[in-house]
Amino acid sequence: MNSLILRTVAPVLTALMLLFSIFVLLRGHNEPGGGFIGGLIAASALGVYGIAFGVTAVRRAIRFHPMAIAGAGLMLAALSGLISIFFRVPFMTGLWVYPQILGVEVPLATVMSFDIGVYLVVVGAIASIALALEQEPGPTIGPEEKH
Amino acid sequence: METLFAILIGMFFAGAVYLMLSKYTVRILLGVALLGNAVNLLLFTSGRLTREVPPIIAAGEDVLTSSAANPLPQALILTAIVISFSFFAFLLVLTYRAFQELGTDDTDEMRLAEPRNEPLPPMGY
Amino acid sequence: MASPATIDLSSALVLTPTPTADWLVVLPVVLMITVGAALMMIRKSVRLHGFVAIGGLTLLVVLDAALLWKVSTEGPVTMVMGRWLPPFGIAFTADLFGAAMALAAAVVALAVGIYALVDIEGSGRRYGFFPFLMLLMAGVSGAFLTGDIFNLYVWFEVLLISSFGLLILGSEPEQIDGALKYAILNLVATTLFLISVGYLYAIFGTLNMADIARKAGELRDTAPLVTLTTLFILAFGMKAAAFPVNFWLPASYHTPRIVVSALFGGLLTKVGIYALIRVTVMLFPVERETLSLILAVSAVLTMMLGAIGALAQTDIRRLIGYLVIAGIGNILAGVSIGTPAAISGAMLYALHSMVTMTALYVVAGRAAHLAGSWSLASLGGLYRQAPWFSAASLLLFLAAAGLPPLSGLWPKVALLKASLDIGAWWLAAGILLSAFLITLSLARVFLLAYWRPQAETPPAPKAAHGWRSVLPIGALTALVLWFGLLPEPLLALSQAAADGLADPSAYILSVFPDAVRGATP
Repeated sequence: MNSLILRTVAPVLTALMLLFSIFVLLRGHNEPGGGFIGGLIAASALGVYGIAFGVTAVRRAIRFHPMAIAGAGLMLAALSGLISIFFRVPFMTGLWVYPQILGVEVPLATVMSFDIGVYLVVVGAIASIALALEQEPGPTIGPEEKH
Repeated sequence: METLFAILIGMFFAGAVYLMLSKYTVRILLGVALLGNAVNLLLFTSGRLTREVPPIIAAGEDVLTSSAANPLPQALILTAIVISFSFFAFLLVLTYRAFQELGTDDTDEMRLAEPRNEPLPPMGY
Repeated sequence: MASPATIDLSSALVLTPTPTADWLVVLPVVLMITVGAALMMIRKSVRLHGFVAIGGLTLLVVLDAALLWKVSTEGPVTMVMGRWLPPFGIAFTADLFGAAMALAAAVVALAVGIYALVDIEGSGRRYGFFPFLMLLMAGVSGAFLTGDIFNLYVWFEVLLISSFGLLILGSEPEQIDGALKYAILNLVATTLFLISVGYLYAIFGTLNMADIARKAGELRDTAPLVTLTTLFILAFGMKAAAFPVNFWLPASYHTPRIVVSALFGGLLTKVGIYALIRVTVMLFPVERETLSLILAVSAVLTMMLGAIGALAQTDIRRLIGYLVIAGIGNILAGVSIGTPAAISGAMLYALHSMVTMTALYVVAGRAAHLAGSWSLASLGGLYRQAPWFSAASLLLFLAAAGLPPLSGLWPKVALLKASLDIGAWWLAAGILLSAFLITLSLARVFLLAYWRPQAETPPAPKAAHGWRSVLPIGALTALVLWFGLLPEPLLALSQAAADGLADPSAYILSVFPDAVRGATP
């Protein structure tokens, strides 16, 4: 879209939305939020960027193909569930570690890595649909993704 | 309240079925979307309709005694919404694409896969 | 951080360590998702796709075989996700029925994957044939192995959305036409399934199948359960292509690439059949009895529609589509009778149909590759061109028709005996008549496409497919022949599986280890 205001605001807006999406993703463990909604926010950030600068700019900016991002997320989610095979607990059991980072106890869990996987799947899948729809001329049927 | 919702759900289903009986793909698509919402509403109602009752288990008890809404149907709806959302996105693109490729949104005219008056197989050499 | 050890968790969590062997229940699904994800990540390197996918599918066959062996020696295996105690956690439970179907599906998918190496070229691979194949298999394996009915719905959707992707591989107008009808009607079917799940939860307050089987005894044959079973039969019947709701199948199954047709013809309708048997036979047997006449009429009509439809087709792909429908009719006949012998026959038929229908589609693809046409009007001279291939095709045709000594015979015998045992002579007559008509239509295919001398000059010789088409056709034909000649192991397996469905106490015991044995009638 050829609008000076949008073109000026879009980079800042995209950056803010991406930051917010990560905030929403990380607070999702005990409060409203999580990977799915975070991923939707990130995908809309890419959508805004695409409206302002075109689809090629978005594809260049995210470096990887959206479906590859979704694949990486799916892999991360599956592997997070798989780790528990080494601890003699069933699939998808949440496992926690509490490392001290700079004197602060940071709880890390496979639940979180699973959620990051969901985030990536949603970003990749929705971005690939959105980019296919924004692309001229006419949409091509993009590979869909399950959630 | 449940009675009202039951009537509402019935209307949703009726509208969805009516739209899906149409021969135009866009109406069918709208019917499918409406059907998904009807089902979600149905699941929602089956999980009890209560206002602002927090599901707090009193001290010394093991189970919830007050009649709060059941959260499980709501979790089911969440899954179903995500699934029907992605299906709707796919169907939307597919319908648009079908309109572009086949030049019609009338399902009676879409006979590429099953041509009219196909010849019977040969009866001999 | 509050240490979890201070709270008594034994009423919410599984606290005993999980034996590593129990992981076999979930590993097929996890493997397929992981391989699918890996293929999506290396989407540019299409050369690698084939090898990674074949490796994954081979491992899947091994895992499913190990699972079947474990289930047949130790009884049903259960694993609950996130170690929540059932029925709160989502349970994966494999019994003989599910494990056997999963193994057959894996074998079929491996054969199709190998044939796809020659049939799906660069553009189809770039589009993502192999990732979709992996996700489809994740959905199919998940549907066969899950023990939770809402989870079953989710796997249905997973395999449905990957099947959409496979169906429009190539984006030709004909495919889009077929895909539109397939997509909308299947979506309505899964929505019906979701409605039924909602009602089921409203009635039972649980979604775990073992828990439902336990509780259904108290509510036997009441109006809500009969309504619920009717809804389930409608939803799964639509997925399985049973008579009044099957017109999406002949409209779409011949449009995609032939490997995709082979995959769908072998797997998708059988998943519907699996769910139908699981729900009506294991969970609601009394209600199924109430509805058995309707099921039987639908079964006969499905068979006859399939057989007569096959007679009228010129395009061999559409002809095979009708054969798939006829097979579904036979399986439904078994479900409508419902005795363990009949269910065992239905299960045998489902396994036979998975292998045979896939093999027929692959054979059709190979024939079209050799002769350059799908139409019976112009096919010809295949016997002279490729005698060994013709011999394999003839064996598969005879198996699909149910003639001895091939795999189609035993399930048909079992179903005939079961229907004559309860005095349903018209059901038996329907099975025999549809088999006769199918023999006619397939004999005509062989006469016209194989024996008829080629009318015009033969087309220029095509590049040889080599082992990648010989192996799948040869292996599937060998399976058909093996089951035809040595049926005892499979007969014993299906009998044990049917007994396990009729009396699910072992299934329940595997999910709830402290349940009293024999709690259900």
